[in-house]
Amino acid sequence: MTDHATARAAALEAQPMRLAGPRPGFLRGTLGSVRDIAAHRELLGSLVRRELKSRYKDSTLGFVWTLVRPLAMLLIYWVVLGKFLEAERSIPSFAIFVYCGLTAWTLFSEIVNAGTSSIIANAGLVKKVYLPREVFPLSVVGSSLVNFAVQLAILVVATAVVGQFPTGPRWWTALLAFAVLLVHATALALLLSALNVYLRDVQYLVDVGLLIFFWASPIVYSWQLVTTGLDSIGLSGGWLERLYLLNPVTLVVLGFHETFWVAGDGKPVPDGLHERLGVALVVGVVALWLCQRTFARLQSNFAQEL
Amino acid sequence: MTAPTVIRVEGVSKRFVIRKEKSLKERIVNFGRSNLHKEDFWALRDVSLDITSGTTVGLIGPNGSGKSTLLKTVGGILQPTEGQVLLRGRLAALLELGAGFHPDLTGRENVYLNASILGLSRVEIDRHFDAIVDFSGIEQFIDTQVKFYSSGMYVRLAFAVAVHVDPDILLVDEVLAVGDEPFQRKCLERIRNFQAEGRTIVLVTHSLDQVADFCDRAVVLESGAVVADGTPREALTALRKDFEAERQQQLARARAAEHGTTRPDAEFIGVSAHRPDGTYDVPLRQGDGMRIRMTTRAAVPVHDPEIEVSLTTPVGTTVYRASTRTLGVTVPTLTGEQQFEVALGALPLNAGDYVVRTELRSSDGSELHTLPIAAKFTVEGEYLSPAPLYATTSFEVL
Repeated sequence: MTDHATARAAALEAQPMRLAGPRPGFLRGTLGSVRDIAAHRELLGSLVRRELKSRYKDSTLGFVWTLVRPLAMLLIYWVVLGKFLEAERSIPSFAIFVYCGLTAWTLFSEIVNAGTSSIIANAGLVKKVYLPREVFPLSVVGSSLVNFAVQLAILVVATAVVGQFPTGPRWWTALLAFAVLLVHATALALLLSALNVYLRDVQYLVDVGLLIFFWASPIVYSWQLVTTGLDSIGLSGGWLERLYLLNPVTLVVLGFHETFWVAGDGKPVPDGLHERLGVALVVGVVALWLCQRTFARLQSNFAQEL
Repeated sequence: MTAPTVIRVEGVSKRFVIRKEKSLKERIVNFGRSNLHKEDFWALRDVSLDITSGTTVGLIGPNGSGKSTLLKTVGGILQPTEGQVLLRGRLAALLELGAGFHPDLTGRENVYLNASILGLSRVEIDRHFDAIVDFSGIEQFIDTQVKFYSSGMYVRLAFAVAVHVDPDILLVDEVLAVGDEPFQRKCLERIRNFQAEGRTIVLVTHSLDQVADFCDRAVVLESGAVVADGTPREALTALRKDFEAERQQQLARARAAEHGTTRPDAEFIGVSAHRPDGTYDVPLRQGDGMRIRMTTRAAVPVHDPEIEVSLTTPVGTTVYRASTRTLGVTVPTLTGEQQFEVALGALPLNAGDYVVRTELRSSDGSELHTLPIAAKFTVEGEYLSPAPLYATTSFEVL
């Protein structure tokens, strides 16, 4: 044996044996999973860059296309809902209001939608190389966050342009709302991406689900309209309202309005929005953990199901 | 010092469930009867192996014998149904070259992506980047999108990345036979370097010569179980015998389908190797000639047959071959039992074991009977290397 070889053998001798693949066990494996993902953070970075670079490669406008879709949506809602249906009358600065909701919503839907198909999209890698498979949904989260940052920057610039720049402690609400959004979306992406491997119908269900959630959140209409609507059918403060407020996306959008929709100050908000957001955050973290464990459980058979 | 175990496979079994339905509708419709739509398939059955540091192990076997499944289990890509795999040290799996290459990205971007998939850090990639590009030999296209690459260039770049990872254990699945010859030689050289550096290599391949060349140990799998485990020579002999047996069976079946009998028209019933003086089955001395005697039996008369004799090494490399047709000899029509003898002149063979292979063909060249290991003999004398040819050799400085 050469010196190299002897040294290597000695170094190996000192190491304990470890299991190939992920650690088993629903509870015990958590730490292992987290460590595994942390060890692959550079790869995560590379995958995010790959997503971003390849998305609009070869198109002349490139990254600008990221903005075209939300801006088109903004235009449609502003013209149709704001002007034609006269939502503007009860909602001041309607454009800012809609864009606020759309920014939050785009992040959520992008993570959930692209996350769901992320494992299948990377089937080649899943079948050929061992990686903690969480990196695929997480890389979607990463690239969605970059798009989100660009949209948020536009939102902030827009508020400055109309002279309603959010200041001071308002930002805390946005930060809290953002955290809630992120944990819930990531948890869903992890869970759905794993389920989608076994049951391909999941991605179509997600399409439908997202459509429903979009209209079940106060993105293009205001909370005030919801309460007046419920009032008129005599259900004010009833179970329907409580149900509506259980939707984390609703809370997040309301939180974003709190911060960025300065013209909406004085409009009614649900009682204890911050507390609700806090609870949603805790629930989200627990959900994230449960979803990750489920993912870890399901991933053992990914390679053969794809 | 005994080398530490780096891979321990403990009673690993792997079951694949073959489901015939995938959609929600089908599952709901067939709910409760789902067992009818499942089929179990055991790809591995209770496989146990210990691989020590610094060895090169070849996994061989016929298609569908579970080689790749075992490799994927070791790599952690598949989870065993029963048993477990324990590892030590850093592992890299080359199951497919260019896994994770994105066609829209340039060669440079893909090198970074692929290397980080294989477990290199950014700093390490920066350090190796020039070496990788240099090894691949496609400097001028490194900033071109890989979708414009030829398949050879693609594979070169992928392999260049793969050999620059720094694993303790390297799993290789059928990827060595890529690129043109100079590049292949470069790859094999690199593998030898890996061996010298004490890395452990597990290789799945169908190229048995590669196994004989590279491996310290070969494991033969068949229907998910280990059937032979030892030196490449032993394992290859076992595997070749299996392949031959299967081929003979197929031949017999084809014959049965055509003629209604599994017996060939004519066959060898005895072959023996003799020393030039005719004495039987004693070791040859280096440089001796030999005689090979064959007895044939024909069920029906066979006109103008062809008899071929070859000498091979135990792992199957042919070192000599001649047939009556190439010799321009006409064999008389075979009827009943007949004896033939082939006499060979001085054989410059290295010391070692050799095998005689005989084949009987009809006038149209179709095979009647083959004995892959018709007789064995040993050559005694000076041993220079495993290469079969011997010559008296001297070395001097001029």
